[in-house]
Amino acid sequence: MKPRAPQLHLHDKKLKQLEERAQVIREEIIKMLISAGSGHSAGPLGMADIFSALYFHVLVHKPKQPNWKDRDRLILSNGHICPVSYATMAEAGYFPKAWLKTLRKFGSPLQGHPERVRLAGIENTSGPLGDGSSQAVGLAYTALMDGAPWRVYCIMSDGELEAGITWEAMLFAGRNRLYNCTFIIDRNNIQIDGPTEEIMPLEPLAEKFEAFNLNVIRCAGNDIRDFVMAVERAHAMSEKASVIIADTIPGRGVDFMEYNFEWHGKVPSIGEEANHALAQLRTLGGKIRSEHQ
Amino acid sequence: MIQNEYNKKAYLAKNLFDKKIEQVPTRNGYGDGLIEAGAKNKNIVVLCADLTESTRSLAFKKKYPDRFVQLGVSEQSLAGIAAGMALAGKIPFISSYACFSPGRNWEQIRTTIALNNTNVKIAGAHTGVSVGPDGATHQMLEDIAIMRVIPNMRVVVPCDANETRKATIAIADDPHPWYIRFAREKSPVFTTSKTPFKLGRIETLRFGNDLTIIGAGPILYEALLAAEILSKKGIETRVLNCHTVKPLDVKAIIKAAKETGAFLTVEEAQAAGGLGGAIAECLSLYAPVPIERIGIQDRFGESGDPSELMTAFGLTAPAIVKSAMRIFNKK
Repeated sequence: MKPRAPQLHLHDKKLKQLEERAQVIREEIIKMLISAGSGHSAGPLGMADIFSALYFHVLVHKPKQPNWKDRDRLILSNGHICPVSYATMAEAGYFPKAWLKTLRKFGSPLQGHPERVRLAGIENTSGPLGDGSSQAVGLAYTALMDGAPWRVYCIMSDGELEAGITWEAMLFAGRNRLYNCTFIIDRNNIQIDGPTEEIMPLEPLAEKFEAFNLNVIRCAGNDIRDFVMAVERAHAMSEKASVIIADTIPGRGVDFMEYNFEWHGKVPSIGEEANHALAQLRTLGGKIRSEHQ
Repeated sequence: MIQNEYNKKAYLAKNLFDKKIEQVPTRNGYGDGLIEAGAKNKNIVVLCADLTESTRSLAFKKKYPDRFVQLGVSEQSLAGIAAGMALAGKIPFISSYACFSPGRNWEQIRTTIALNNTNVKIAGAHTGVSVGPDGATHQMLEDIAIMRVIPNMRVVVPCDANETRKATIAIADDPHPWYIRFAREKSPVFTTSKTPFKLGRIETLRFGNDLTIIGAGPILYEALLAAEILSKKGIETRVLNCHTVKPLDVKAIIKAAKETGAFLTVEEAQAAGGLGGAIAECLSLYAPVPIERIGIQDRFGESGDPSELMTAFGLTAPAIVKSAMRIFNKK
């Protein structure tokens, strides 16, 4: 059996729904982070559109049966952006939304970095950067070996590409033509200590992946239609694994966070900062669409 | 040899102290075990990082080419890819030299195998100074210490090729992550197919109430030789095979401590943190008795002939006897 290629054409109505979901996810992220008092803000906000598109349009999955054997596997490699996973999973019905406010609290299934054994629907324990891609290729290799219909998606940050293990996994993906595997790079250009191109330049990034025999697709990561089209192109490729380099805006939706690396690893303070962030998010739906019109 | 001092139920080799006793590297037992386990369970896959022949994964590769995965010199992803395959229902055995796996990829083992609780078996070859001419870089001595501290991880150190075969099959049947350790050099095959083996259970190889020598790995043969020498001096030694360093058979250790009153640990690894560390922790908590530890004493190995190195690092029967006498006199 070949990996399935679902029909992903996006009607305007569905696009609007996905954008609205992304807004709800962003609001939940801010609320969770304020309640937790620590965590990462910029990455989760920047990836809300892609998570909305994945969970509500791309992935073949059953939130009420998280261990369904033929589900697509979504590997989150950069575990620190898990608030966006949790918010999206709750929205999709994996667990009650009330759990979101337990993020990072003692006894919560919502650990500061996600743990597979603590929360059904989390495919892999992650946080230490670089480890997700190798698990993703292990899964994809097995799916091809067994002729399974499911696909593997692996979300990675750009900063974590600095970890050598990533390139071990890419060598493996290239050698074994893991065309059922799609890596999604959150190219937001920031890492904890500053802009990636100052800390340890990654460019030319697309050429690096191409040199490893991967199919490279670039898209605007905060444009849901563009991202979904990128996934369609990845599905159309049957000789190579694909890498979607999604250019995203870190902190997307909150003006004082956007593009600012200082928000990589901190959360808004309770009061003015938090209120400001939430007020913006509640009115942003129109803003995103108008930018692309 | 005083036959009745030996545990008949241990079914040790009949020619136990014959110089012509069969000599086989423990890694060969791994190769045989993989074939047997692989025949029994089709989910078993073997991954190797460019050391297929040397880790004795080659026979499996030849018999089950579709279930063998070549990774190249990529030990970090070796752990991660195996974890991914386990998430999809496979039972991966990852084979390399122990200094690279679990040496180089300890973090990936901790995160993607242990914390992730995936059913991966880590096989570490070329451990101990008996690796010989390759020198310190390739003589892994710290593996037991770094693996036994990881929650969810289990550790087995078989004593000969027979036991390695049994251990390989046994860990394949157990749903938890395991680390299994073997050596490069040939060593006496002193157990038989009838010798009992159960993960987590200490086996008594020789009876005696004056002192306990507890060990893991091929060095146990040296412990048996030492027990013979000690017997001639009037000291009857109990020899325990503690192949499973984790989970430790605490009950059997307490029993031996109470009955013999002195312990000597033997291993070809760093005594601190290794089996010696595990036994010292156990005894100090539950049954304090005088203890000494034969093993590597906080130093690296070096190049040389294996037997020369074993002598130089104090890992042979005469060194064990010396230590045993000292500990016996402390009782």
